[in-house]
This record gives sequence, C-alpha cells and structure tokens, in this order.
Amino acid sequence: MKRLLVAGVMVASVFAGSGPVLAEPVDDTLEIDGMPIITRTKAPEGHPFDEVLSGWLFREAETRDVERETIENPGMIAVEDGETMWNTVEGTEGKSCASCHNDAAETMKGVGARFPKWDADSKKPINIELQINKCRTEQMGAEALAFNKGGQQELTAYIKHQSLGMPVELDLTEGDMQSWWEKGKDVYYTRTGQLNLACASCHETAMGKFIRADHLSQGQVNGFPTYRLKSGLTSLHQRFRGCIRDTRAEQPKAFSDDLMALETYVTWRGTGLSVETPSVRQ
Amino acid sequence: MTRRMKFTLGAMAAFALSTAAMASEVAPEAVEFTDDGVVASLTGTAGDPVAGAEAFKNRKDGNCLACHANSDMSGELFHGDVGPSLDGVASRWDEAQLRAIVTNSKKIFTDETIMPGFYSLDVGEHLAEAFVGKTILTAQQVEDVVAYLGTLKD
Ligand code: HEC
Ligand code: HEC
Repeated sequence: MKRLLVAGVMVASVFAGSGPVLAEPVDDTLEIDGMPIITRTKAPEGHPFDEVLSGWLFREAETRDVERETIENPGMIAVEDGETMWNTVEGTEGKSCASCHNDAAETMKGVGARFPKWDADSKKPINIELQINKCRTEQMGAEALAFNKGGQQELTAYIKHQSLGMPVELDLTEGDMQSWWEKGKDVYYTRTGQLNLACASCHETAMGKFIRADHLSQGQVNGFPTYRLKSGLTSLHQRFRGCIRDTRAEQPKAFSDDLMALETYVTWRGTGLSVETPSVRQ
Repeated sequence: MTRRMKFTLGAMAAFALSTAAMASEVAPEAVEFTDDGVVASLTGTAGDPVAGAEAFKNRKDGNCLACHANSDMSGELFHGDVGPSLDGVASRWDEAQLRAIVTNSKKIFTDETIMPGFYSLDVGEHLAEAFVGKTILTAQQVEDVVAYLGTLKD
C-alpha cells in the first residue's frame, strides 16, 4: 500500500503546484535609517540550508516597511525604556549599568551579535538576560529579574540594539559551547507534543510554506526581542515556549538547559544575519 | 469479502480489543492498518459529512486548513499549503485509504511526514498533561471527516 500511496502523493503534488505562488521569501533589501541590514547570506558550513534568511523576508510589505525607520518602529519605545534602566541606580552598591559600562553605544556594540557565549563561572552558555542578572546580583547588589519581568526585555532590547546591523557570529570554541550546540540541535529535531512536530518540521521542512495565515520562515533569532504587531514586545524564550506550546507539549522553563542549548544552536543557524533588534513581525 | 463483512468483522475484533468506554469504538492502538488502508469503520456509525466539514475546518479539532487548501471551503479564511490541496482527493484515494491517512498518516506516508496522526497515541515528547491519553479527533470525528473527504471528487 505504501508504494501506491506514494504514487498518489506525487500526483497530488502536481496539483499542489498550481496552488499559491506567493510562498517564496520576497526579493527585497532592508536598510534601517540608511544602514544596510543583511537579511540573506550564505549559510555556514554544515548548515541544512544554502542560504540563511531573516524572518523579515517572509513578512508582508506593510510589516516590512515598519522596520525601515527606527522612528516608525514601535519596538523602539522598549529600547528607550531600556536606556532609562541602563542609567538607573539599583541595589545596595548604588550602581547602575552605566556606572561600570559607561556609554552603551560604545561598550555594548557587538555584544548582541556574539551572545550567547560561554560563562566559565556557571559552566554554561549565558545570554543577555542572564548576563544582566549576573551583573545585578554580583555587581549591583540588586535582585535578579524574573523572566520577562522588571524591564528584562526592554534592557535586553536596548543592549542588543547597540549591535544593529552587525552580523551574528558565535564563538563555539569557547568552553563547552560545542556540546551545548549539539544538545540544542537535538532539541531542534525532537518532535514534541500531540501534534508531533519538531522545530525543523515547520522551519526547515515546511519553510516558505503557509501554515494557515502564517508564512513559515526559518525561525531565525537575529531580531529578538522582537516587536509583534499583534502582541507587542516578545522575548526569545517566550517565542520558543509559544512554538513548543503550539505542538501541545509542556513548555520548558525560560533559561532552562534545553532552551539555553536551543538558543545557542538556533543563533548559530542565523550566522551572518544582521542583528535587527527590535525587529518587527506580525 | 465484501466491504460490509470486513467492516462488521473489524468492528467486532475492535470490540474485543477495546477497553474504551465506548463499546463499539476501536481504541487508537487497536486500529488495524491493512494493505488496503483502514478498512473497518472506527465506530460502526456512518460518518456525517456535514459534521466532518466542521471538524475539518475548526481550529480546535482537525484544523486541516492549517496545512491544506480546499476549494470547497473557499469561504473560509487562510488555507495553508504545507500539504497538497485536497481538491478532488476522493478521486485519488478510496475510503479505507482516507481513513488510514487521517487516523495516522505516518503509517501510510513515512515517519517523516509533518501531518499529525489524528487518532493515534503515538505522539511527540513532553506531551502536555491536558492531552495525555487523548487523540486530536475522536473516532466518530475521524469517520465524519472521512465522509466529508469522500465528497471532494474531481
Ligand atoms: C507548528 C509549527 C511550528 C513549530 C513546530 C515551531 N514553530 Fe516557530 N514559528 C511558527 C510560526 C507560524 C511562526 C511565525 C512565522 C515565522 O516567522 O515563521 C514562528 C516563528 C518563530 C520564530 C520567530 C522568527 C522571527 O523572524 O521573528 C522563531 C525564533 C521560532 N519560530 C523558533 C522556533 C523553534 C526554535 C521551534 C522549536 C522549539 C519552533 N519555532 C517550532 C511555527 C512553528
Ligand atoms: C501540519 C500539517 C498538516 C495537517 C494539520 C494536516 N495535514 Fe494532511 N498532509 C500533510 C502533508 C505534508 C501531506 C503530504 C504527505 C507528505 O508529504 O508527508 C498530507 C497529505 C494528506 C492527504 C493525502 C492528499 C493527497 O492528495 O495525496 C490527505 C487526504 C490529508 N492530508 C488529509 C488531511 C486531513 C483530513 C487533515 C485534518 C484532519 C489534515 N490532512 C491535516 C500535512 C498536514
């Protein structure tokens, strides 16, 4: 029966060929306030795709246009709030981020393109959110921020925005980054939930197709925290958790080992794309 | 053997195997896949194509439009194209084959297929508690959807 059915599927795909032709990422280029943004680039060695594509190329023209001028980008409000936090003294040491790091435009430039990176203290990869918490608890005498609370997303957006336009490039040679990359790859290809889908089902196998109203992108992370027109500022682990929930699986905790491994691996999958934070998506 | 006889025997076998509360319903793990597909009805109650159309499009049930375009439902917004268009699908597959595809497409296509098994407990990791032991569609909804698909002829 299998063979017979496969023949049927081939017939069917001939029919499907006459379907919507819109299913390609657009041929368009992005400049933000005149700065060129890499939204399409050759994939690194060992990548499943030949080309790495920003999610921006999969969005409607109106959504794409909102990202071209920072003045139009509603995510910039969060970046401004993050800047205020950067300069706000908190904790028992009487310090702000700026007390140690001065002008973020200089000291944080490039940081958003290199994280997550190896943290020798915890012997794990660390992302911007966890680095903020590390500085708060170890340098400022302030409490760690809970996931998505207390301005965590805004401050992360501000820090990553300092790398706008810079290509993402991880150093996987530090510490055990390579084994976390492997672990993240496992998570990426593991089917979860009642719908039995992996990240790769939607963002690799079905990339470029429509799932209901959504044009499936490569699921790149270069624009996070991102501004979603329908729900506002969205952090990366919130997006991961949402995609996993949609498979009808239990959601892993934010910053859990599984999601840190996933962040490491998926960030690598976007090697060479410009940081777009705060990107604008549907 | 006629289809009806197979159907009756299948339903009886299922009755013997099934521990489900619904006496005449074939439990997901007891569905018999043969070379012809899933020949026996999962419930013994004829599918209702109108209820099937509802389960087909409803986002909380089949949500088949997430992945399949279907001209018969051109009034519905947003048809996906992850899978092939289902126009004329009943001219390509017979009832037993369609029942097999909807029940657990992985048994029919390959393990790699993206299409979920709608009446199968063979699911992914970390299943959310709310869905443990539950199938996406009920046995009767599968019969209804299959009846609906049967109306999609060229
Ligand atoms: C059932 C399908 C499905 C699965 C499975 C899925 N996603 Fe998604 N994901 C989507 C859709 C739909 C969107 C929104 C459209 C887009 O950008 O592709 C999205 C968006 C994203 C984005 C935002 C992309 C951007 O440009 O802002 C990321 C990152 C992402 N997914 C990562 C993942 C990861 C990692 C996994 C696995 C843990 C995963 N997704 C699993 C459907 C899925
Ligand atoms: C997440 C995606 C997805 C969903 C949801 C889905 N399908 Fe499919 N379906 C597919 C894919 C992909 C194929 C093609 C087989 C393959 O390539 O694996 C397919 C194939 C089929 C076929 C064979 C079509 C042909 O002409 O060969 C039928 C019939 C079918 N699906 C019915 C349904 C029904 C009915 C539902 C809802 C109850 C449904 N599908 C939901 C992805 C999906």
